[in-house]
Amino acid sequence: MEALTWTGSMGWLNPILGLAVGVMVLAYTMKILVSFLPSTGVRTIGSGGVAAANQGLSGLLGRVGAYGFLAALAIVVVYLLAGIALGPAAGIFGGLARQLLPVWIALAALFAVSIKFKRSLGLYGKLFDSTVGMIGFGLVMFWVFTGVFGGVFDMLVTHDSLSQVSGMKNKLPGTPLAGAGQEEYQWFLLGGDNLARDVYSRLIKGSWVVVQIAPMATLFAFMVGITLGLPAGYYGGKLDVFLSFLANLILAFPVILLFYLLVTPEIVLTGIPNYMALVLFVFPLVFLAVLLNSRFYTQPSLRTPLLIVVLGITGWLYLSLVSTNGAIVDAPTYRIPGLPAFVDLFDIDPGVLVVFVSVVFVNAPTVFRIVRGLALDIKTRDYVAAAQTRGEGPWYIMLWEILPNARGPLIVDFCLRIGYTTILLGTLGFFGLGLQSESPDWGTTINAGRRLLSLYPHAAIAPAVALLSLVLGLNLLADGLREESLRD
Amino acid sequence: MGIFILRRLGVILLTALCLTFIVFWLTNLYPNLEKLAKSQGNFRMSDEAVTSYLENRGYLQPTPIKFGQWLGVAPGWVTETADGKVMGRCFTSETPVDERPTFCGILQGDWGYSTVFKEDVGPTVLTRLKLTGKLMLCVLLLMVPSALLVGVLAGMREGSRLDRSLSTFSIATTATPEYVSGVIFIAVLASSRFGISPWLSDMGWIDSNTLFLGSATSAMEDATFWNFFLPVLTISLYGMGYIARMTRASMTEVMTAQYIRTARLKGVKFSDIVLKHALRNALIAPFTVIMLQIPWLLNGVVIVETLFNYKGFGWLLVQAAANNDIELLLAVSVVSVIVVLATQLISDIGYVFLNPRIRIT
Repeated sequence: MEALTWTGSMGWLNPILGLAVGVMVLAYTMKILVSFLPSTGVRTIGSGGVAAANQGLSGLLGRVGAYGFLAALAIVVVYLLAGIALGPAAGIFGGLARQLLPVWIALAALFAVSIKFKRSLGLYGKLFDSTVGMIGFGLVMFWVFTGVFGGVFDMLVTHDSLSQVSGMKNKLPGTPLAGAGQEEYQWFLLGGDNLARDVYSRLIKGSWVVVQIAPMATLFAFMVGITLGLPAGYYGGKLDVFLSFLANLILAFPVILLFYLLVTPEIVLTGIPNYMALVLFVFPLVFLAVLLNSRFYTQPSLRTPLLIVVLGITGWLYLSLVSTNGAIVDAPTYRIPGLPAFVDLFDIDPGVLVVFVSVVFVNAPTVFRIVRGLALDIKTRDYVAAAQTRGEGPWYIMLWEILPNARGPLIVDFCLRIGYTTILLGTLGFFGLGLQSESPDWGTTINAGRRLLSLYPHAAIAPAVALLSLVLGLNLLADGLREESLRD
Repeated sequence: MGIFILRRLGVILLTALCLTFIVFWLTNLYPNLEKLAKSQGNFRMSDEAVTSYLENRGYLQPTPIKFGQWLGVAPGWVTETADGKVMGRCFTSETPVDERPTFCGILQGDWGYSTVFKEDVGPTVLTRLKLTGKLMLCVLLLMVPSALLVGVLAGMREGSRLDRSLSTFSIATTATPEYVSGVIFIAVLASSRFGISPWLSDMGWIDSNTLFLGSATSAMEDATFWNFFLPVLTISLYGMGYIARMTRASMTEVMTAQYIRTARLKGVKFSDIVLKHALRNALIAPFTVIMLQIPWLLNGVVIVETLFNYKGFGWLLVQAAANNDIELLLAVSVVSVIVVLATQLISDIGYVFLNPRIRIT
């Protein structure tokens, strides 16, 4: 069987795509250069006092550029559709497009529904008014769907992400599988890595690791930051000084040194990550308890059952999260018993737990500082004074008056911080810390691929581009959200 | 102002003390010490041998006492081994008895001994710092002017095509961590089989095999554009986007100010408005951002020095941390904490000088 080229039977479109992109770049560059010259456009005043200027050279170039962009976009869509229809006959792109079909369907459905009902969806719906926001959201959801379909349902992947196939070591993208059976997928779409595993399948499996850990870790960091930042900003005084000192202390650590100190097997042996998990994961519980209690404490008949149910469920989740094999800490010399195994809902791999804990630990101080700053600003507003006059308690004011009014900047920062967490996870993988060396996550894969970078770059380039696109998507999404939330 | 600086220096000292204590405590946990003993002695040591090795070298004393010894406020340990040799923290068995000091810590100017490099920590850190200083200087020289230029160009006409392209560019750079851009740069620019280098050398436009060198080891002695540009570019790119966006925000704010409108209505040329009226006020905010970005560069330095095999301070950090080299790691963290806190202090002070509306009382 022959090796696949990038575009296969659709290759005749390549020069056209090149032309369209060339025209677009050229036109936009010219337009920017022209904008430095003083404009000599003629302005006329039409009937009704409407001023009109002819657009001149700059307008023409702008239009040419826009056509070039649209043409390039159309050709990419053609590649995609042809790929879905033809599969690997349309080259590597075709194979990828066919393989990712469930993702395309899910994306199209999500966008169609969201755009249809965007007026009744609040801030989320407004996102679909901004092009930048939509592009960002599309990129993010692409990886989320890829992670979920590939990681949970085991669709999308072409080969097992861990099995090594002899004769496929460091093979280029599109190489046919050596000695493939009838049922097996016939190609390594993105080539083989230095242990002869399929780069494409590892990429898909790796996205699930990222999509799972990054948002969860960010959420926990936000819980910690909010629960500590609100009182620090609202009360001020000694509490503020103390907490700010702690936050600055953690922020003064170079991140990588902190990772090296926390995420080594020796430290895992001492059980320190388990203690940190014990402390850090309790914050969501505290947050929820205070949130509900401060709102409903005047109606004990509603409050008490509500708190029992909510804290019961989250407490169970909490204990399942921190205990593994019936123990919270299982050091060689001692052992703290935790939830027995038969009521333990899930076990977390110690490597993943330590990565998770250290990422939360690194992110929480920054969130703390942001929340503290917002609380300092908002506590001087009139509605806070009104609530104080009504006799509301301090925690009610913090959680039900200040926090909802700080949501705009916090949502934007949440998106940015997921991106930053993704970068941190990649950094951990890049230094070979935490996750196992055969883990398919992107950082570890880049680390494995960089040794042969100048000879076989594809094994490192694929996860690098994936990480780049996910973080870029999150940044664009944050930008779109910021724009739309400032608009009202 | 004097009191403000003194108070800040006090906080810096306290932070550095707390931080080094945390590093000290974490590196002195028993599993870490066991690893150290096994890597220094041999890997098949029995548990008793490990204990006696650590006991003889003073590692098994309580942590606060060891920390005091490292600081130089507690007398160093002295052990007499079974065969009558006397070892101490501050001397070896060969040192004459009269010349043996009791205290030796950083207060006495003794930073200790690196177990990985088998040298004194002080000079090791200094040589590596010099190399990283060279890298940082080049990074700042490339990053700051280009970031300011991008920010000012984007911010002078908000919403124009130029603004949108430059803003997209800065968002893209902030989304590209060093280990991604470095990998892409090496593959595209510094590979003899892929990217544009083979094409360029076929055309005879470059003399060597590759456009740039993918390893910066040779740049430690003799840095040239060819072997040093890629690491510098990789670090600068990630930091640049953020500074550029801050500059853009500051510039757009200034460009909507009343006095700029007045200048335009008076008929001042647009280039004069940007260069003479707007620029100075627009550069106050980016100054703080640039200073606060320097600690971030430290992170980038660690990644890039590992990726490009440039044996500077970041590389030292990785070596020290991976081998649990306690005293080297402590010196490294002291240096990085000082860098972080000193840049914060400078940015606060500089802000007061640049912005006459702010007063510190």
